[in-house]
Amino acid sequence: MNLLTQPVGPAHYLVVGAILFVCGVVAMTIKRNAIGVLMGIELVLNGANLNFVAFGSPTLGAGGPSFAGCPGSLGLDGQWIAIFVIVLAAAEAAVALAIALCFFRNYSTVDVDRGDQLHG
Amino acid sequence: MDISPLPTLLALAWLLPLASFGLIVFVGPKMGRGGRGAGFLATGAILGSLALSLSALICWLVDHPLAASPGKHVEAVCGDWYTLAEFGWLRLTIGYYIDGLTVAMFCMVTLVASCIHVFSFGYMHEELHEVTDPLSRLANGEPLRRRGRFHRFYQYLSLFCFSMLGLVIAGNLLMVFVFWELVGICSYLLIGFYIERKSASNAANKAFIVNRVGDFGMIVGLMAIWAGMGTFSFGDYKDDGQLHPGIFNQVRPAEEVIELTAGRLGDRSGAEQATHVEHPPRVPDGMVLLAARDQVTEIMVAAEERERHGERYAVCWAWNWTVGCEKLERWRAEGYGYWLLMVAGLGIFCGCVGKSAQFPLHVWLPDAMEGPTPVSALIHAATMVAAGVYLVGRFYPVFTPEVLLVIAYVGCATLFIAATIAVTATDVKRVLAYSTVSQLGYMMLALGLGGWLAGMFHLFTHAFFKSLLFLCSGSVIHACGTNEMPLMGGLRKKMPWTAATMLIGCLAISGAGVPLLVGLSGYYSKDYIIAQALSFKLLNAPHAWLFWAAVFGAGLTAFYMFRLWYLTFAGPPRDHHVHQHAHESPWSMVVPLVILAVFSAVAGGNLWLGGRPFGLEPLLEQARPAGIEDGASAGWGSTVVTHPPEHRFFEEADEAIHVPATFWAFGAALGGFLLATAFYGLRALDPEDARRQFPAIHRFLVRKWYFDELYAAVWVRPTLRLAGWVAWLDRRGIDGVVDGAARTAAAVARLDDWIDRLLVDGLIERVSRWIHALGLRLRTVETGNLRQYVMLIAVGTVAMFLVASLYWNWTG
Repeated sequence: MNLLTQPVGPAHYLVVGAILFVCGVVAMTIKRNAIGVLMGIELVLNGANLNFVAFGSPTLGAGGPSFAGCPGSLGLDGQWIAIFVIVLAAAEAAVALAIALCFFRNYSTVDVDRGDQLHG
Repeated sequence: MDISPLPTLLALAWLLPLASFGLIVFVGPKMGRGGRGAGFLATGAILGSLALSLSALICWLVDHPLAASPGKHVEAVCGDWYTLAEFGWLRLTIGYYIDGLTVAMFCMVTLVASCIHVFSFGYMHEELHEVTDPLSRLANGEPLRRRGRFHRFYQYLSLFCFSMLGLVIAGNLLMVFVFWELVGICSYLLIGFYIERKSASNAANKAFIVNRVGDFGMIVGLMAIWAGMGTFSFGDYKDDGQLHPGIFNQVRPAEEVIELTAGRLGDRSGAEQATHVEHPPRVPDGMVLLAARDQVTEIMVAAEERERHGERYAVCWAWNWTVGCEKLERWRAEGYGYWLLMVAGLGIFCGCVGKSAQFPLHVWLPDAMEGPTPVSALIHAATMVAAGVYLVGRFYPVFTPEVLLVIAYVGCATLFIAATIAVTATDVKRVLAYSTVSQLGYMMLALGLGGWLAGMFHLFTHAFFKSLLFLCSGSVIHACGTNEMPLMGGLRKKMPWTAATMLIGCLAISGAGVPLLVGLSGYYSKDYIIAQALSFKLLNAPHAWLFWAAVFGAGLTAFYMFRLWYLTFAGPPRDHHVHQHAHESPWSMVVPLVILAVFSAVAGGNLWLGGRPFGLEPLLEQARPAGIEDGASAGWGSTVVTHPPEHRFFEEADEAIHVPATFWAFGAALGGFLLATAFYGLRALDPEDARRQFPAIHRFLVRKWYFDELYAAVWVRPTLRLAGWVAWLDRRGIDGVVDGAARTAAAVARLDDWIDRLLVDGLIERVSRWIHALGLRLRTVETGNLRQYVMLIAVGTVAMFLVASLYWNWTG
């Protein structure tokens, strides 16, 4: 099965999401700059978000269970969760930037490798 | 009687010294320079007491005018201020019992104490500053330097006065006992005032311990009274109209006696009936029942038995008629309970023996000279030793004739022994101390022979002249700095006031006067005692030598008192240094001497105002306990002792007794005086010759009849040896057991410790060391490197998925 020859379906979204996720993890792992690490986190979150939206979309026709038929459900579960994650990401960014600022104030740098005071 | 101001006045007089004591306790050292203010406060308090006592005396005299002849018995004012506890009809209260004796004692005690307070200002002035005491040496041989204790001296004086006044006003035996002990502790504190001197602390201990011996007997007496009479109260107590008779009323209940004075012979209509009240001695019901308790139990058990068999009210009947009335009288007649009354009397007297320094327990009083001289005056005149005689007088109705005879013999032995010792003593205060013991013996002798008035009278006159003599000796000691008479002599010119007042004291104690006319105070009281002894001798021939001892003692008294005066004031000075140093004392010491000298001179006589006598004697006569006027007699076996009734000095009918008695007393005193003059005044005879003539007797007297040695051998040393044995037993026996137990416990503990260390601690330490090592290894994982953590999370997650995908069962 060649994805390039298939019509656009959930699998394509999942591939993009996986790429985003891996990029984010790699960024977190290799960036010494705290801001870079934060960027990586955003990538990870958004990679996951892409999966939610893809699976939640009624038009993409993903297989598997759908919650659209459940009583009280609008069929928008994936989208809801994606919005929650975005809100979460915003809050996390605020806190994380504050931490980064404090870190900078104490160390005059944002190199996360310098923050190893609690090592064993 | 309820509205009488007497209790309030006397209570205030009693409590003022307590207030002063309390104030000085708390703020004494801060009162003025060196505590001088404390002296003013205490003196002010006792002067206030004196004023209150005198106003109480006036109140009393307004209510009860003095009579020329012995009138009828005057009821005492008695009552309770406060009830401490009530057990059914047994009551413990703070009460008062006020009669002529109480009022007179209040005046005497406060007057003498006031003089002593004022005198002490001069005598104790050294205590205002830092004191260097040459008599107490430190370990390095230097004299002790300490802070002055002026305020403390006055603090104790106030407490002493409070205790003595409380004892005098006490309305029951419980209070008497409490204040009795307070007086004891005050004397302990004051005798040991120079506590750093070994001799002073020993003397204080001796006084206290010897008094304990007497108080033991007193407690026995108290138990007999509490068990037998069910009350400690002297007077009666009315409760809802019901009368609870006090001790005196139980022992000598009032009985109306109908007298028939015969009219003409055969003419019965001319006969007049007159009733008067008598107080015959009687064993109290409670004591009879206590003694016959076996019979009572028998009767009551039998009655209960009958009641169980149907007879109604048998128990009630048996109690009311058999025990309550008929049988009781028969038992009383058979003498049941009499011994309990004797135990009560002897027990109380035993306490008085200790406190008043009577024959077997007299040893503490001479040692009590270690205290400051004003204290000696207070102890010897107004407070401590007076307490014993006072209690014998107060308690007089309870003493049976047998007990009285014991009292008489104890007093006789005391007066003789002490007088002989006083003859050889060289320490001026010791002469006076033995003189006090001897005079106390006189009082006891008089009381024991039925002379209530004689004994009490002598107590008062003696208080005045003995306090005078002690204060004079204090003045001399203050001037000379020594107690030893052989170092004095010729002080008359240097200290004219002291010499003159002391001469008055010596004359008073010797009983000087113009026979049958007038004399100093001691003349009257001693005359009473000798007269009582003489009338006793006439009635009881076997006890004649009580009289001869009294007469001989009177001679000795005059001898040793004038020996004292001659050695101190007359003749050439024997020690130049002492003589040069001597000076007349300041006015604060001389004025009390003069006041006391005046009282010593006139206290015995009566002032006749408008046909009424005014003096101590009729005042005391009023207080004579009911039922003892007529004498008493008792017998056991073939011996009968009869106590004669007392003779009043100004009654013509008793001349047959009084004239010879006066001449005996006067002759003996004159003999003693002449002998002393011959030896020490004119130096016609040499005392050294007499000493060489009778070396054995001299040594015997100088060693004070070997009483101290005897007691040391019989009581003190065996007690110490016993204590040594007990200590040894304690150290070896009991300590051994305890130490052994402790050592065993220690060994067990050591074993336990070993097990603990080796096994328990070993295991735990091994495990903890492992865990520690593991922790050290694991800590290296925590690098603190953020990127590494993320890497590990990612790698871990991938690894988990790999593992999961390998083992996951897809077919489910």
